[in-house]
Amino acid sequence: MEHMGIDPGRLQFSWISSAESTKFVEVVNEVTATVKALGPNRTFIKTESKVA
Amino acid sequence: MSYITKIKEISEKILKDCTVEMVIGFRKGTVPMMNEPCFAKTPAEVKQFVWDGNCGINLVNYLSDRKEKIGIVAKGCDSRNIVTHILENKIKREQLYIIGVPCLGMIDRRRISAAFGTEITEVREDGDQVIVTGPGSEKTFNRTDVMQENCAICIHRNPVIFDEMVADPLEEQKEVDRYADVRHIESLAPDGKWAFFEGILDACIRCYACRNACPLCYCPTCFVDEHRPQWVGKSQDPIDIRTFHFLRAYHCAGRCTDCGACERACPVGIPMRQFTKKLEKDCLELFDWEAGITLDIRPALDSYRPNDPDEFIK
Repeated sequence: MEHMGIDPGRLQFSWISSAESTKFVEVVNEVTATVKALGPNRTFIKTESKVA
Repeated sequence: MSYITKIKEISEKILKDCTVEMVIGFRKGTVPMMNEPCFAKTPAEVKQFVWDGNCGINLVNYLSDRKEKIGIVAKGCDSRNIVTHILENKIKREQLYIIGVPCLGMIDRRRISAAFGTEITEVREDGDQVIVTGPGSEKTFNRTDVMQENCAICIHRNPVIFDEMVADPLEEQKEVDRYADVRHIESLAPDGKWAFFEGILDACIRCYACRNACPLCYCPTCFVDEHRPQWVGKSQDPIDIRTFHFLRAYHCAGRCTDCGACERACPVGIPMRQFTKKLEKDCLELFDWEAGITLDIRPALDSYRPNDPDEFIK
């Protein structure tokens, strides 16, 4: 994904056990904060006009 | 003795003594530089066989799920695809009689056409020289200058698995920088990477020639043809095109031998190998894995080791 040109900040892989609720919250907050900082995504979007 | 004499001799022998039911090789195509697969079922049909620098098609494509005994002419990359096929249970080793050909590299017909300019009526090879003839003109090229890119950086020219070789093994190319192009893409910023692939995919017409030429693409129903569920849009939308190419590359991860069949088949000249090469590089660097080298080790993506790299998981 990164090689194709997706900003690495938008990619996240985590291993979270179902028992690790606090880690889940932490990771979600972290990811949303990073993505918000990056601003709206400009790539990998299908524009309406081009959809058949 | 030349390669082709030996190929014919072995093919005739194994057809005559019923070791195999057919031999897959190449015969001359209807236009120059386009040899086509040839399936010889009788010793007489073997006479059509040819061998030259235009045998770039990967014949392993024709082995998937075959039940009979088959003789096959295999270059270095083809032989690695045979290994992959055996590992993936698409054919049994006992079914095959592999005629190994130490490969000198295949000619890139696009390079020749571009350098020659006008119509080409004949392409001959004389040792290291490639002689191209057109109406009223003739040009000679050095073989190394018009080779397919994947052949120029090939480090497995000799078959890794064979029953009989047509000649002594060649010396493998050493100190080849296989991943200069991948490193260049890696060095780009995300926008640059996106633009790079946008540029090369611009011409794609989604004919799926790359998929059809690829020996790894043997799924009965390809994910792009499936419509319940429909995994990817079937339109010409750049995002759908990109999704197709990257997903297909992922299906080839740890399996691709860089045979160049996809690139060769592409009617619009997309450098197809740029999709698979990054995965090939990662497999080598992270898992020390090269596809199709041995039957004794399970592929990178089908075995688990506790020390598998996992730095990307946060």
